[in-house]
Amino acid sequence: MPRPLHPVSPGTRTVLGVSFFVLFVAFWAWITLGGHVNHIFLADPLSMLKDGWRLLVEDRFWLDILITIWRVFGGFVLASIVAVPIGIAMGAWKPVEAFLEPFVSFARYLPASAFIPLLILWAGIGELEKLLVIFVGSVFQIILIVAVKVGSTRRDLVEAAYTLGATDNGIVKRVIMPANAPEIAETLRLVLGWAWTYVIVAELIGSSSGIGYMIINSQSRLATGQIIFGIIVIGLIGLLSDFAFKALNRWLFPWSLA
Amino acid sequence: MSKLLIEGVSRTFAGVRGGQPVQALQPIDLSVAANDFITILGPSGCGKSTLLRIVAGLEAPSTGRVLLDSKAVTRPGPDRGMVFQSYTLFPWLTVAENIGFGLRERGMAQKERDGIVASYLDLVGLRGFENHWPKQLSGGMQQRTAIARALANDPEILLLDEPFGALDNQTRGLMQELLLGIWERRKKTVLFVTHDIEEAIFMASRVIVMSARPGRIKSDVAVDLPHPRHYTLKTSPEFSAIKAQLTEDIRVEAMRTVQTQSA
Repeated sequence: MPRPLHPVSPGTRTVLGVSFFVLFVAFWAWITLGGHVNHIFLADPLSMLKDGWRLLVEDRFWLDILITIWRVFGGFVLASIVAVPIGIAMGAWKPVEAFLEPFVSFARYLPASAFIPLLILWAGIGELEKLLVIFVGSVFQIILIVAVKVGSTRRDLVEAAYTLGATDNGIVKRVIMPANAPEIAETLRLVLGWAWTYVIVAELIGSSSGIGYMIINSQSRLATGQIIFGIIVIGLIGLLSDFAFKALNRWLFPWSLA
Repeated sequence: MSKLLIEGVSRTFAGVRGGQPVQALQPIDLSVAANDFITILGPSGCGKSTLLRIVAGLEAPSTGRVLLDSKAVTRPGPDRGMVFQSYTLFPWLTVAENIGFGLRERGMAQKERDGIVASYLDLVGLRGFENHWPKQLSGGMQQRTAIARALANDPEILLLDEPFGALDNQTRGLMQELLLGIWERRKKTVLFVTHDIEEAIFMASRVIVMSARPGRIKSDVAVDLPHPRHYTLKTSPEFSAIKAQLTEDIRVEAMRTVQTQSA
């Protein structure tokens, strides 16, 4: 056994990481191609790829993918624009926190998916409703996490800035905001991951496009290969956007990693 | 007329969870002349940092007041530059941007700032590091930057709260010489808090010794050693004599601290 907390070399890390994927797919292939489960309930990896290819080429599934991506980013950007300033205000000014924190803490436990029927009543089944589901699911989470991060800004940095002549306004703009910017960006990256789950739920109900729509549509036709392909596509896009976000953060905040 | 006047300043902290309030500082009177280098020496927990924070305006005194150039101190301001024991450089700013922070807050134009920043980079020997992030610097370099950042604002008084406390002994000695050299050339009123006796004597024109908590001024010792001071001064008989006296003073207080803590 390796020693606790002992690091592994990058090469070993890659090998170990890839080997789980290999094992996973091998197990999947074994139970499906080996006839251990009924192919009606679980497609094998090969027919999944075949179904996926047909979806992309014949059914223009890439349009659904683009629509889903647009919904996630649209709702997410909307939520961020609203939530980050409120979170900063709550963290920086305690009366604002006292005013909003109890409500936001309550609201963040409201499940976004439970709002879908209500949002359909209000906004119909168009794009606005999809964006609102993601918005509702993300906005309170972002507010709360940002408020906590900002509230725990290093006091000695704030004090140092005061002794250098910073005004209260200067403290917020030129100490609190830059000091927490990397953590806020990290929070957004995390919440973006959650937004991916909300969008699929939104598309499962009252939708005529998107990855979630394809999945629910495939269910009625017992096309499990397509369903699995859709799920994998979501996973891949999530992974890619995560990488992109990480790279962006590294580029924006070189000082926090130096 | 004195530059800084501390009049009857005391500080009592409210009791934690209904406990007894804790007096950190007994009423203190202290008058500091312009361009004096005062070190405040005391055992840990004697309230010397609290006193400095009150002068900085970061804490309010329970009684008394602080006057700088006859104006009462009510809040922190750029006329009282401060260097902290913890590393307080802004990690998102480069060394040069850190040094220029106060000037920027004052609204000074970039061009004008650059010249001042460059001169302070030279003063603390950090030319060539202006574009480094604080994380890339050693502890000594970070504190040199912090000193430059405080001085670049041209404060009326420089407050230092055990600035070299986290540094290793060799670096600490070099930093003392650097700071003293700057003071000898530029003249500035300085209040320097430390628990290191040698450091207190070497830097000071006057050492204020504080008692164990609740802190009060126990003795006020003038250090008439000639300037410019060289590190070899620390082994001279005159230095040793002052050191022996202060060691005795501090020892009594440290003992009292230990006894009250174990009681």
